[in-house]
Amino acid sequence: MRPGSVLSPCATRPYNEFFTNDGLPLNPLLISHFTATSSIGRGLDETLAALRQRTPGLKPCDFDTVDLSTFIGEVADVDDVALPAEMKDFDCRNNRLAQLGLEQDGFAEAVRTAIERYGDDRVGVFVGTSTSGILETELAYRRRDPETGALPADFHYSKTQNTFSVADFTRHYFGLHGPAVAISSACSSSAKVFGSARRMIEAGLIDAAVVGGVDTLCLTTLYGFNSLQLLSTQACRPFDAARDGISIGEAAAFALLERAPQHPEPDDLFLLGIGESSDAYHMSSPHPEGLGARIAMEQALTTAGLAPSDIDYINLHGTATPSNDTAESKAVRAVFGTATPCSSTKGATGHTLGAAGGVEAVISLLALRHGLLPGGLNTTQIDPEAGLNYLLENREQPVASVISNSFGFGGTNCSLIFGRAAR
Amino acid sequence: MTSLIAYIEGIGLLGPGLSGWSEGREILAGRQAYQPQKTVIPPPVLLPPAERRRCGEIVKLALATSTEAMATAGVEASNLPSVFTASHGDGHNCHTICEMLASDDRQVSPTRFHNSVHNAASGYWSIATGAMASSAVLCAFDASFGAGLLEAMVQVAVDGNRCILIAGDTDYPEPVFSVRPLSDLLGISLVLAPEHTPQAVARISVTLSDGPVDRFADGGLEKLRLSIPAARGLPLLHAIAVGESAHVVLDYLEETRIAVEVSPC
Repeated sequence: MRPGSVLSPCATRPYNEFFTNDGLPLNPLLISHFTATSSIGRGLDETLAALRQRTPGLKPCDFDTVDLSTFIGEVADVDDVALPAEMKDFDCRNNRLAQLGLEQDGFAEAVRTAIERYGDDRVGVFVGTSTSGILETELAYRRRDPETGALPADFHYSKTQNTFSVADFTRHYFGLHGPAVAISSACSSSAKVFGSARRMIEAGLIDAAVVGGVDTLCLTTLYGFNSLQLLSTQACRPFDAARDGISIGEAAAFALLERAPQHPEPDDLFLLGIGESSDAYHMSSPHPEGLGARIAMEQALTTAGLAPSDIDYINLHGTATPSNDTAESKAVRAVFGTATPCSSTKGATGHTLGAAGGVEAVISLLALRHGLLPGGLNTTQIDPEAGLNYLLENREQPVASVISNSFGFGGTNCSLIFGRAAR
Repeated sequence: MTSLIAYIEGIGLLGPGLSGWSEGREILAGRQAYQPQKTVIPPPVLLPPAERRRCGEIVKLALATSTEAMATAGVEASNLPSVFTASHGDGHNCHTICEMLASDDRQVSPTRFHNSVHNAASGYWSIATGAMASSAVLCAFDASFGAGLLEAMVQVAVDGNRCILIAGDTDYPEPVFSVRPLSDLLGISLVLAPEHTPQAVARISVTLSDGPVDRFADGGLEKLRLSIPAARGLPLLHAIAVGESAHVVLDYLEETRIAVEVSPC
């Protein structure tokens, strides 16, 4: 434990005391459309091709004036994106990437079709982000009035810096009037959007939900993770014995959720289960035994009505920090044993923070659709302590169900299960 | 129109001139005059001493109001799902980080960085209380209270669990203050249950609405309602404080409001 850590007096209490799973299976939700844009590609075709060809998205950091020796996963040409003229107050890197992401794979068109079908007040917006448009504020602080200290007049706090900005942008982009919210629980943000959207559809408040995650490179996260000594000086190596930290990336990922149809098509993909928990342990280190992670995975399985042996692939959180991968491997072993194929795709995309849950949900959906288990990049010597079936090469096989893990600062955990057929 | 039903079992309140629910209800009901005074936050005794000094005001605010709400409801946090909602995080911490990043010395401290996440209050709260259940952490700018209330209501309605809503906002220093003029802190916590229990104080039924928003007749309270996003929830607390059946409309998104039918238990 590092100095300044916050340790819960309850951390040593037995596992069962915390495990309060209601065990209620959830009604599967149809993922009618999805898309992702990250450093490995714009949209699904490029993303799938990069995964198939094992093309890395990471490069030495050349972002803005950052002078850190680290790697980043930057999306090309984000700053060339022009927002609609009437939305210019929203202009910042995060909303440019949001728009770039929404315009891939016909996703925006699918949302408009859903709005026609259900009404503009019956489609909700749930977008995960950790830093929203903070880069805009970081840049504005360099342009403060030398005499008064005031921020420049062209700085629009509510439309850029505020955490809600990217959800508000998405809502205005589609002219929606239903519930809209940003979910911001660090690196679990855009996994947790599925939980909030599910509950609101289930409650009958909405009929469809635009869920997603958008986070962009900024100085706060680069220098912040550097201060915690959690940045690798090379492209991150999840589950490698010599792993030494993360590579920060940026991404936008979206999915359109609707109620499951009565007669699903064989190729339809569904959200089958979800588990959410808190570590109650430490602000920036995971529970050493992965207790919260274990609860999230167990709960996801229970709500999906699936046994651990039903899962064909685990998309690990796998940040490549020593502590995350150790804790996660303990949790995965406790739930699944050592045989289930698993990997972290952060060696390809970098850790896209508040967008990671969304990006990895999309990669999990691609795994289901195309029968592809993506092997992890950059890792050469799998940590013998991990005891997992960690894939270093791609594997092609039929895939029926996948679990995706997302854990974050503050001890927030979320596991999602996606599958091919509604039960 | 879908309506969501829950029973309020406990309330926590802290804000300018509102030092807790037991005193605040007298003011909100009009039985005592409202006198604006700077919010005073009690020390977060649930946290170890070092963390009491380290955590930001938003954490202390969340701990204060949630502790009051859980005490009046007679519930413990350990298995309680939580919904945190705030229009922004720790404004002072954010200002210091932005100032450092604009300078030649960009070495942000680890504590500053982990305090900068929007879920800092949720993280410290779960550490302080040992709560391992799910925690949703939301932001909807000025609509944050409404967004949190909706999330908490659907958790209760869909999952059939008790849950705690912890809404709170803190102030901003200059230069952001000039573009986001939040000058004080206010927090509201509600313990919500799916069924009537002996400790229930009111039954609420929530729907989306386009009706006119309830405003306070008292100028000071109306000013407060408009000046801090979490205070958009005060008309609901007013109805509970009065103790009569009421129909309340709360601000949410600009063209979408939240209507609440309040029935005392």
